[in-house]
Amino acid sequence: MAKKYALFLGCVAPARYPGIESSTRAICKELDMEIVELEGAGCCPAPGVIKSFESDAWLAIAARNLALAQNKGADILTICNGCYGSLYDAAHVLHNDPEKLRAVNKILREVGLEYNGDVKVHHFAELFYKDIGLEHIKSHIKKPLDMKVAVHYGCHFLKPSNIKHLDDPERPKILDELVEVTGAKSIDYKDKMMCCGAGGGVRSGNPSLANKFTEEKLKNIKAAGAQYIVDVCPFCHLQFDRGQKDIKGFDIPVIHLAQLYGLALGVPKEKLGLDLQEVPASF
Amino acid sequence: MPSPKEPNADFAEAVQKQHGGESLMLCFQCGTCTGSCPSGRMTSFRTRKLIRKAQLGLKDDVLKSPDLWACTTCYTCMERCPRGVEIVDIITVLRNMAVKEGIMSDEHRKVGEYLLANGATIPLNAKYEDAREKLGLSRRPVNTLGDKKALEDFQKILKAVGFDKLIGGA
Repeated sequence: MAKKYALFLGCVAPARYPGIESSTRAICKELDMEIVELEGAGCCPAPGVIKSFESDAWLAIAARNLALAQNKGADILTICNGCYGSLYDAAHVLHNDPEKLRAVNKILREVGLEYNGDVKVHHFAELFYKDIGLEHIKSHIKKPLDMKVAVHYGCHFLKPSNIKHLDDPERPKILDELVEVTGAKSIDYKDKMMCCGAGGGVRSGNPSLANKFTEEKLKNIKAAGAQYIVDVCPFCHLQFDRGQKDIKGFDIPVIHLAQLYGLALGVPKEKLGLDLQEVPASF
Repeated sequence: MPSPKEPNADFAEAVQKQHGGESLMLCFQCGTCTGSCPSGRMTSFRTRKLIRKAQLGLKDDVLKSPDLWACTTCYTCMERCPRGVEIVDIITVLRNMAVKEGIMSDEHRKVGEYLLANGATIPLNAKYEDAREKLGLSRRPVNTLGDKKALEDFQKILKAVGFDKLIGGA
């Protein structure tokens, strides 16, 4: 576990759900992971919306983030499916297409950077599952949880699976196992793998459509008897939490996996920010 | 009677030349994508039809339709496509083409403006600075939301690729 990881904050966690950021910092400490700051990083940028506007701009901005990590001698640790999706995808392009890499470096030179093409991009849930391991996490659990949760994978964590190869995109197990190691029960529900509705510029461009997705998910989650939603993406988190300002009658709190681990690893509640959300969760 | 629409092979060729658009002509119209699309359950968006129209080169039908923006990029269609058509990547290429022609909603333009101004798709305000402090974090994070020099570099890159002009609708 000597590897250094540069914490990539993204936008939604630090600017809307800082509890996700503080929980992540706290649990990495508990699990003996070395985190370094990625000073000066920018937007990943958002894979669905910014890439939809201009792919070259998307790639150049992502490459800047990769170059900053490279100069730190660190791999990237993301806490958001969107950041993971963008940076993983951009790294995949730049590591396999010398022409694109050359074109991007021409732009990066204007700000004194150059990317050589060897930074690995991790999603924290993927890293916890594959490198840290369930046993290591289990040995650090101080307060086993007794709750029924609906796991929401989101879209850009496992997909596109032909470049990520993490788990079966239709019936995955990774998150369910990561959740159940805390003692919580991951319950099955209808259309579990459905999108929250926020991605691809739909939340910004057509919020009522985004909320239709969310309402359908909330109905299915409620029908299955889950008390909480557990996700691994601040943008899905925002969609489920803020969405419930418009979609009434559910009151299901949303917990990011880092916050769930915070609870189970005994991190003080004041560090988790669950009370600051639209649908607050009290423990 | 309206005149029949003329197919335009140049358009399909232009899509295929873009990174991500290469697999357009592999689609044999089975409809697995439409059947898998969560957005299609709630809107008139039909993924199969969009791909067919792009194959035929019905440029205006494709680029001017609001349906082009109903995709959340969830990848369900692409995972299930029996022909390996990179549907989400094709939609991204088509969206890029639309934006290049100035076809972009005001709401999306605003997201682009936020990105340029903040180095992030959302700004950070006092309410959340207070929340950060309460949680024991720095009031502003170490990224472009809290680092002026980094934001300038970020903006320099966006300007180098012409993103500012694109968002400005010039």
